[in-house]
Amino acid sequence: MYTTELSDKNKKPSAAAMANEDPVRLAAFEARVAADNFIEPKDWMPEAYRKTLIRQISQHAHSEIVGMLPEGNWITRAPSLRRKAVLLAKVQDEGGHGLYLYAAAETLGTSRDEMIEALHSGRAKYSTIFNYPTLTWADIGAIGWLVDGAAIMNQVPLQRTSYGPYARAMVRICKEESFHQRQGYEITMTLAAGSPEQKRMAQDALDRWWWPSLMMFGPPDDNSPNSAQSIRWRIKRETNDQLRQRFVDVTVPQAEAIGLRVPDPALKWNEARESYDFGEIDWEEFYAVVRGEGPVAKERMNARVKAWADGAWVREAALAHAAKRNGRLAAE
Amino acid sequence: MNKEWPLWEVFVRARNGLAHKHAGSVHAADARMAIEAARDTYTRRMEGVSLWLVPSASIVASDPGEAGSLFEPAADKVYRHPTFYSIPENIKNI
Amino acid sequence: MKPLVEYALRLGDDGLVLGQQLSEWCGHSPMLEIDLALANIGLDLIGQSSHFLKLAGDTEGEGRDADVLAFHRDVLDFRNALLVEQPNGDFAQTIARQFLFSNWQELLMRELMRSHDATLSAIAGKAVKEVVYHARFANEWMVRLGDGTEESRNRIIAGLEWMWRFVDELFAVDATVEELIVRGVAVDPRLLRAEWDARIAQALAEATLEAPKPRRAASGGRSGHHSEHLGHLLTEMQFLPRAYPGVAW
Repeated sequence: MYTTELSDKNKKPSAAAMANEDPVRLAAFEARVAADNFIEPKDWMPEAYRKTLIRQISQHAHSEIVGMLPEGNWITRAPSLRRKAVLLAKVQDEGGHGLYLYAAAETLGTSRDEMIEALHSGRAKYSTIFNYPTLTWADIGAIGWLVDGAAIMNQVPLQRTSYGPYARAMVRICKEESFHQRQGYEITMTLAAGSPEQKRMAQDALDRWWWPSLMMFGPPDDNSPNSAQSIRWRIKRETNDQLRQRFVDVTVPQAEAIGLRVPDPALKWNEARESYDFGEIDWEEFYAVVRGEGPVAKERMNARVKAWADGAWVREAALAHAAKRNGRLAAE
Repeated sequence: MNKEWPLWEVFVRARNGLAHKHAGSVHAADARMAIEAARDTYTRRMEGVSLWLVPSASIVASDPGEAGSLFEPAADKVYRHPTFYSIPENIKNI
Repeated sequence: MKPLVEYALRLGDDGLVLGQQLSEWCGHSPMLEIDLALANIGLDLIGQSSHFLKLAGDTEGEGRDADVLAFHRDVLDFRNALLVEQPNGDFAQTIARQFLFSNWQELLMRELMRSHDATLSAIAGKAVKEVVYHARFANEWMVRLGDGTEESRNRIIAGLEWMWRFVDELFAVDATVEELIVRGVAVDPRLLRAEWDARIAQALAEATLEAPKPRRAASGGRSGHHSEHLGHLLTEMQFLPRAYPGVAW
């Protein structure tokens, strides 16, 4: 699904860290990246680049994994066999995406266990969007349509990100995600054309998911401390505000086409810019959710920690069995 | 004992006639589990007809620092390429 | 009810109920790779179920499609075996249930390919490949858990102990099935028992486990007398179509 780079608001990229780097290698590295060449795992890279990537890729992976929960909440209640299969396949895809991304981060010298530990201890962030609850079936439509729509907007440029394993994971993810947004819109469209109760559900879901979806693109450009560096290093390819604007511009007509109202009184087509003007985002809420104060943040993390703790004996058993088997093979 | 399942590299043959190509990685405690995890992860959309799994620790890789001495000497051996040789237009089948 | 309708419902309900339960693991399993594996098995079972339920509806000829059958029948009309409605429990319970079921289902689908009913035979032909994989997956996990740590061994023994009482029902034959067997439509499950026993024994030996002692079998699923679990499962699964009847989703 997706992440934006979520670091603490006040943390500035450290110039001191860069000062320790070998200037000749650093210049060569910067030149390669500026020429849109890929960096591969064993290539020399500045420590700050490695750290930024580990943070961003692992946040992205965590977002996929935590993102399985709000939608997973509805797999057992999907209203038809087709919807059930589609949703299960979609949530499974999110798991697969998390897996590809953890693997990409592992090429940078961290382990999946370390990343999971960082998530569970609260040190690692994940996309704020998944700390909102899925209250009705229409939320499954809204997540596919809006959240995956925003994710795709973010992820498409990342297919050309400078770090090879990340870019390759993103290519695979983008290919697989293409059905996610369509199935979400299809659910929303069906509800919007349905009974008054269904239509109400659809509108209510749009009302609740619209603003959090816009927040998915991260803080505004003038308050996004690592953005410039990340863009120079081709870890990001476009700014938060550029992507957010594009999302608004494509999504508003999609809502109108099925008779739903975007919950923003300030929303207005701007003829001169050929874009929509839209209202102020509640950044207070955004930073609160980043801090872990989202409506169901605790529940999400408890669910992940419980799954991991409950599964410990299974992981141990498989290793113990492999060791026994290898021992027997060696003895033969 | 390290409690993390080992990492395996996954290579997928898209169809017969093509070589196996690196697709990604999985964690698995043993070889059969690795095959199954790769199947469940990397062939959900009919991406493959055959899998190779290699423990990541067993991969021997060249050092990028030596890329110059390993690969650049090939650059001036243009005579290894057919386009190095000029043959008159009227000579066919060569 | 026509015997073929009854038979197709049994096959369809097995897949639906087990698929529903496996889907609960998605996002909560011991390892990401296992999330993906169990989701794949669940998807296979839900897919098979859709085909069997469609056959049941078509054969019945009263306009009930697979969704109506899945979402608008109550407990007494469900025809799945008791084994598949046993709760997921811990991972060992889930594996024990899958182990007993998938080995049976593989043998069943292999024979069902020869059914004189073309639709049953076609569904089985597609399903058998899926189920071979399910059995392989479950058998390997039986071995890992049985011959893993002391804890995993205790847990899988407990799982097997519980699930074992529901095995005989899979091989039972009543008048409905008897009639279809005679017509060459249904598989005679009694003929599968010896091979199933041998396969189970082999996997258990590899897992350094013993088969649980014979016990009084539990049955009733095929005639709609289920455990208490099924009602809760259906309550959750059927909630939306029942709360908002007659609309499209």
